[in-house]
Amino acid sequence: MARSVTPRRKMVVTVLAWAVGLLIFFPILWTILTSFKTEADAIASPPLFLGFDWTLENYAEVQERSDYFRHFWNSVVISVGSTLLGLLIAIPSAWAMAFVPGRRTKDVLMWMLSTKMLPPVGVLIPIYLIFRDAGLLDTRTGLVIVLTLINLPIIIWMLFTYFKEIPGEILEAARMDGATLWAEILHVLTPMAVPGIASTLLLNIILSWNEAFWTLNLTAAKAAPLTAFIASYSSPEGLFYAKLSAASTMAIAPILIMGWFSQKQLVRGLTFGAVK
Amino acid sequence: MTLSRILVGATAATLMAFAAHAEKEKLTIATVNNGDMIRMQKLSGEFTAKHPDIELEWVTLEENVLRQRVTTDIATKGGQYDVMTIGTYEVPIWGKKGWLVSLNDLPASYDADDILPAIRGGLTVDGNLYAAPFYGESSMVMYRTDLMEKAGLSMPKAPTWDFIAKAAQAMTDKKNEVYGICLRGKAGWGENMAFLTATANSFGAKWFDMDWKPQFDTAPWKKALTFYLDMMGQSGPPGASSNGFNENLALFQSGKCGMWIDATVAASFVTNPKDSAVADKVGFALAPDTGLGKRGNWLWAWSLGIPAGSKKVDAAKSFVAWATSKEYLALVASKEGWANVPPGTRQSLYDNPEYAKVPFAQMTLDSINSADPNSPTVDKVPYVGVQFVAIPEFQGIATAVGQQFAAALAGTITADQALKNAQALTQRAMRKAGYPK
Repeated sequence: MARSVTPRRKMVVTVLAWAVGLLIFFPILWTILTSFKTEADAIASPPLFLGFDWTLENYAEVQERSDYFRHFWNSVVISVGSTLLGLLIAIPSAWAMAFVPGRRTKDVLMWMLSTKMLPPVGVLIPIYLIFRDAGLLDTRTGLVIVLTLINLPIIIWMLFTYFKEIPGEILEAARMDGATLWAEILHVLTPMAVPGIASTLLLNIILSWNEAFWTLNLTAAKAAPLTAFIASYSSPEGLFYAKLSAASTMAIAPILIMGWFSQKQLVRGLTFGAVK
Repeated sequence: MTLSRILVGATAATLMAFAAHAEKEKLTIATVNNGDMIRMQKLSGEFTAKHPDIELEWVTLEENVLRQRVTTDIATKGGQYDVMTIGTYEVPIWGKKGWLVSLNDLPASYDADDILPAIRGGLTVDGNLYAAPFYGESSMVMYRTDLMEKAGLSMPKAPTWDFIAKAAQAMTDKKNEVYGICLRGKAGWGENMAFLTATANSFGAKWFDMDWKPQFDTAPWKKALTFYLDMMGQSGPPGASSNGFNENLALFQSGKCGMWIDATVAASFVTNPKDSAVADKVGFALAPDTGLGKRGNWLWAWSLGIPAGSKKVDAAKSFVAWATSKEYLALVASKEGWANVPPGTRQSLYDNPEYAKVPFAQMTLDSINSADPNSPTVDKVPYVGVQFVAIPEFQGIATAVGQQFAAALAGTITADQALKNAQALTQRAMRKAGYPK
């Protein structure tokens, strides 16, 4: 029996939701506000919320000093490339694990997830040496490969969860109608799992966009994405908060906008199968 | 003219253009984000105009990221960079390992003898200059002249620690959020440990004896740490265990510190009226001492080195020579004024009467000259480095020791506990590393 929602309860829940939302959004809001301050205002104590002299000088300086669009394009290529490559590997893998499970499928899944527990710096030197010998240092190809490998466990796990929700009988029916394995995956399974695939895709793009260990350590000048662009504005000696905030705002703006427009799809995918 | 001739001509022109482009040597330069380096980046057009065959590509990173990045690259011979910005900590270690190209053969016009002896000494290993200094720094006392006067005191040119403690107490006005002394408290080998190691030197303390045995259980360390904690407790700002260079800079510039002992390079920030509310009320003095013959100041130089694996050594040397030359200093002076010239590297700069007018010039020189990386402590020690020990293990050990000292400053452990823990963890790390070697 459904519980009745009183107006009072609705109001409390709404206020609470707004409060949590604002709390989560506050660091981003503060970064955006700081980007419009002078360096002196950025460190003012007590902090200035809105009553400061708004300026665009930080954006002008960042634009003058750095090639934003080169970093932006590298971020796009690396995140989209690693996501598409990851999906290409993960869809058949998740299909196999969801519909043709073996005795050790669960162990394999757990093992894949356990690789995420390894601190990345532990494998930095071996990966660096492999990349050096393969000529992959400071290349977008190298980063696409490494980010695909890093995010693959998450993609497979997410897709596995979605695929498990799809009744196996539908695939069986397709098989009885003479569908080949690829036709079954491409024309029957994939269209049914679109919300799940879309949210996996979006989440993986966000994870790759924000990845800041490998993208900083395996690049120099050519393949450096927006994470390196941000890192170049932090300084050990001298005030930098306002310029760093401007660089950060420019770096997060594209992914923030993408997240905003795709939030329906993202939420739908992430809650897929959660409520029966 | 026939079509074939046109085609031949066009092909030849394309090939020539391609050849001209292909001939250009591209230098990848890894550098740190600070004002002087960014200025060099902006002025580098002057270099490429004189060397049209060389193209420059910049990788600017935050100091810790840069250090991790270039160390990985040079240790694995990755070959990603042709010129690296490194400090006086890396040069002795990397030079000894043969990871850097010797710069002894720079042309006579470069005038390497003009480099300040203390800085040159810190960048030389077995007679080889392994990096050219871009700017040098020491540490000194920066103080508020108005608050000092109000306290009825007068800052000597070379104060003692006792005077600093007395002045700090007299200048403190906690009701109005004015604190007599601001010092580094944030844990890190380049943060609180840079300050505390240099301070400990002036109290007669040292990291290791001649047998590489840690010395945190000795009386001079206890005296130095207790003095620092007491003074900060009485006259320091709240939450000082989170304060590094930038936090203290912000406090000083907003008028909340009576004195600040930190890098000489800060002088140009605190006297810049654009950012500092106290720009016209700042005086300078040498770092304090206790009369034992060593002052509590450090020595650092951001320098340009060439990794031994670089395939473009000649072009890299041309760039390094240009960026650290007398001509470059003159170029900055002509474009941005004398106060913005990278300080602390060449004697000729300090002999220049124009530069002598800069308020902090002489104090910076005196501070640098009073630090000796080859003899940093009162007693003899087996290591090089004033505010660090030039061994690869130092970064990890000193950061862990720094956490103990920051905890003592925050009041979660006592000075005795911090020193005991520091002694134990240093002993363990040194034993693991196989010292004495």
